[in-house]
Amino acid sequence: MRLSLTINGERREDDVDPRTLLVHYIREVAGLTGTHVGCETSLCGACTVHLDGAAVKSCTILAVQAEGAEITTIEGLARGSAMHPLQEGFWEEHGLQCGYCTPGMIMTAADLLGRNPSPTDADIREALEGNLCRCTGYQHIVNAIQHAARKMRDKQAA
Amino acid sequence: MAVIPKFVGERIKRREDPRLVTGTGTYVDDLRLPGMLCAVILRSPYAHAKIKSIDLARARALPGVVCVLSGADLKDKIGSLPCVAPADHVPFHPVLAQGKVRFVGEGVAVAVAASPYVAQDALDLIEVDYEPLDAVVDPEKALAPDAPILHEEFATNSVTLASVPNPAVDDAMRRADKIVKFRVYNQRLAAVPMEPRGTVAKWEGGYKQLTVWSSTQIPHLLRSQLAEQLKIGENKLRVIAPEVGGGFGAKLNVYAEEALVAYLAMTLNKPVKWIERRRENLSGTTHGRDQIAYLEVAAQKDGVVLGVKAKFICDMGAYLQLLTPAIPGFSGLMMTGCYKIPALAFDQQMVFTNKMATDAYRGAGRPEAAYIAERIMDMVAGEFGLDPAEVRRKNFIAKESFPAPTAGGLVYDSGDYDLALSKALEIVDYKKVRAEQAEARKHGRYIGIGIASYVEICGIGPSSLLPPKLKGGGWESSTVRIEPDCKVTVLTGVSPHGQGQETTFAQLVADAFGIDIDDINVVHGDTAIVQYGIGTFGSRGTTVGGPALMLSVGKLQEKMKKIASTMMEVPPDQLVFANRAIALGSDPSKSIALQQIVDAAYGYKQPIPGVEPGLDATSFYEPTNCTFPFGTHVAVVEVDPETGVTRFLRYIAVDDCGKILSPLLVEGQIHGGIAQGIAQALYEEIIYDENGQLITATLMDYAVPKANMLPHYELASTVTPSPVNPLGVKGVGEAGTIGSTPCVVNAVLDALSPFGIRHLDMPLKPETVWRAIRDAKAKE
Repeated sequence: MRLSLTINGERREDDVDPRTLLVHYIREVAGLTGTHVGCETSLCGACTVHLDGAAVKSCTILAVQAEGAEITTIEGLARGSAMHPLQEGFWEEHGLQCGYCTPGMIMTAADLLGRNPSPTDADIREALEGNLCRCTGYQHIVNAIQHAARKMRDKQAA
Repeated sequence: MAVIPKFVGERIKRREDPRLVTGTGTYVDDLRLPGMLCAVILRSPYAHAKIKSIDLARARALPGVVCVLSGADLKDKIGSLPCVAPADHVPFHPVLAQGKVRFVGEGVAVAVAASPYVAQDALDLIEVDYEPLDAVVDPEKALAPDAPILHEEFATNSVTLASVPNPAVDDAMRRADKIVKFRVYNQRLAAVPMEPRGTVAKWEGGYKQLTVWSSTQIPHLLRSQLAEQLKIGENKLRVIAPEVGGGFGAKLNVYAEEALVAYLAMTLNKPVKWIERRRENLSGTTHGRDQIAYLEVAAQKDGVVLGVKAKFICDMGAYLQLLTPAIPGFSGLMMTGCYKIPALAFDQQMVFTNKMATDAYRGAGRPEAAYIAERIMDMVAGEFGLDPAEVRRKNFIAKESFPAPTAGGLVYDSGDYDLALSKALEIVDYKKVRAEQAEARKHGRYIGIGIASYVEICGIGPSSLLPPKLKGGGWESSTVRIEPDCKVTVLTGVSPHGQGQETTFAQLVADAFGIDIDDINVVHGDTAIVQYGIGTFGSRGTTVGGPALMLSVGKLQEKMKKIASTMMEVPPDQLVFANRAIALGSDPSKSIALQQIVDAAYGYKQPIPGVEPGLDATSFYEPTNCTFPFGTHVAVVEVDPETGVTRFLRYIAVDDCGKILSPLLVEGQIHGGIAQGIAQALYEEIIYDENGQLITATLMDYAVPKANMLPHYELASTVTPSPVNPLGVKGVGEAGTIGSTPCVVNAVLDALSPFGIRHLDMPLKPETVWRAIRDAKAKE
């Protein structure tokens, strides 16, 4: 099937097998391997990307369902060479260890901060309920997202 | 010139992170090789069955399918998967089942195609005719006379019986005021690294060179074992552990898919990739724990424990993986914990069952041991109506007693157990929280306070502690190379996969040479680049890899001082490294830039007597003992008697991992460890039904905790340097896991004590707690 969509600002047209999952399209066809597969059942969140601005699990959507959509992956989050405040926050606050869940965590957090620029720690923990991390015990992830929220609010205020 | 700061002990942001937060790290599944094929594996739906026949014809005929093989096709082609630990009965362990399947998830056939979707289609066309057999699921029934036998050649399901007798225990039992008897079960768990396993293999026939990328903690040990399985030279096999997305012991192994994928690449002459799915990960990657212990504790009424006797039943699963029968050893040897319990005796009966093999999982024997020791302390306290903190104090090994020989035959390096306990109790305000607990009970609220004072064993270790059949010992290796432009390359034999040694080791090297952390590149995980090493497990990365690194650093420092000494005409022992220069210690203004020394070493235009050209040193460090980190965790929880739900009010961890090189990374290790330990206490269990069917085969059913299921951790530390290594470090990878499980269980049981509930088996999920309360109320 012919599929046209935008990934990280780049328009693409590809022929895809209709059963191709969005995550496999992103990784294998578009060649963006920052989006990871951790469970194939939308439970772990490693595959989280933005579809028309909202966080979705790309392992349980067909690529063809994204026809005409705008997709943002972890590779498209930073503007130019500068990191996104969430990427900075995860780095600054040691919000990752093995790094495998990190792209999905960051995409989910970006979705949260878009809706709620001043979350409480409890808000953050609730918002991450679809993203598993096995390394950090989550506390540094919460700190990382708070770090980014502060940065983004400061920028907004300036 | 700007002054270069010191890095060790500072809160340093990790050097690994920029690539990981931008999605530009390369995990196994991210590899793209020209012409690469994908392998997908058909797995047994039965726990125990004869394979009467397999029909591959329809699968092979599917357009796009390159190859379909079953175990029968591989007979005598690939050697047995290795188990290096000693056992009476070590079965042949094929990469695909031959004639019989012995657990749900065992590989039966493999299909290869350019697209994993097509390979998966091929699996659906394979017809296997199984003759189901009765399964052995309960390890306590595995030795019953009527139990089905997994491996007929042994005529028993016993793997081995390990006995550590001690007549002093019987004497302790005679002298005791009371023998406290109870049974504890460390349930079966799955490691669940967020990156499942995966392997890519490439064969270059002209060169007879095999390259295997695998998500592993032990690239060199894997190379040795794979070379033997595939009958190729280790000098023609390159193993690469690229970015590895967590291991937790489950990737400290040699798996069927590694040899299988390598064999496929060699026979098809094309690169082949296999990526594990989560269902395969939960059914076919090693599990941890699954040890039952029947305990007899000789106790005095003042709380002093005189001796412990234990009978373990340890579930090994259907086959023996790399270290399977070695794991329970530490459970026995460490079960006296931080206590001067003089007499210890135990038996460990290890059995085959129709389940996935158990092996190392974060802590590997020590969480089981700490759980036993800390349940003993609380059971003794409960028996005599004593305060659990005081019972611990009465039994602690005194800080003056180190190095302290234990009843298990180990020698603890250093410790101050009372200090960590006191600090934790001070932070929680123990008296106050006990008073609040008493007050809450009056209002029908069930608050519990749990204490766990743990000691564990890290930095494994002296080579004599590792199984004789393991190629490689307990040492570690390093190479430090100062390149001609004064940048430093570090090659380490450890293989970090989230622990952050690219940062920690750069800190150490930067300080040693007075250079910037950005001047250092730490390389690991590629056997073609890095000298033989052992790998990352048992908190040995920094405790054994760190001293190995410093040996090479020391050799280069000595060489560079010799060169500087010639150039500056001062004795080498008066020289120090600072600020990208070597300077006179007594007068830092007299200095020579490091670059000049490096130029002299590489340019070698003027030969320096007794100094070879170049700046490259390799070292192998053999530790004299393990290290023994310790600490006290305290949890305050509230149990809702209507729902059985446990809610955290406080979680305090005081850990002593010796000297701290990277405070931020130490925090991260402890946080993650606590999360996994709490997961064992409250949430996770691998469940097989009575037929050996895996019930917890997805993350829907296997309860890896989410962010909102875990508390905010309050951390503090004490610092008791280890005398075992020159860095004074003890290791911190497992500490959190080891302290938190008994701490949380003790807290929940403390909350339930008004109901007369003394012990419950983990996980203390709401249903378990609710049922226990209901049963206790029914008895009233």
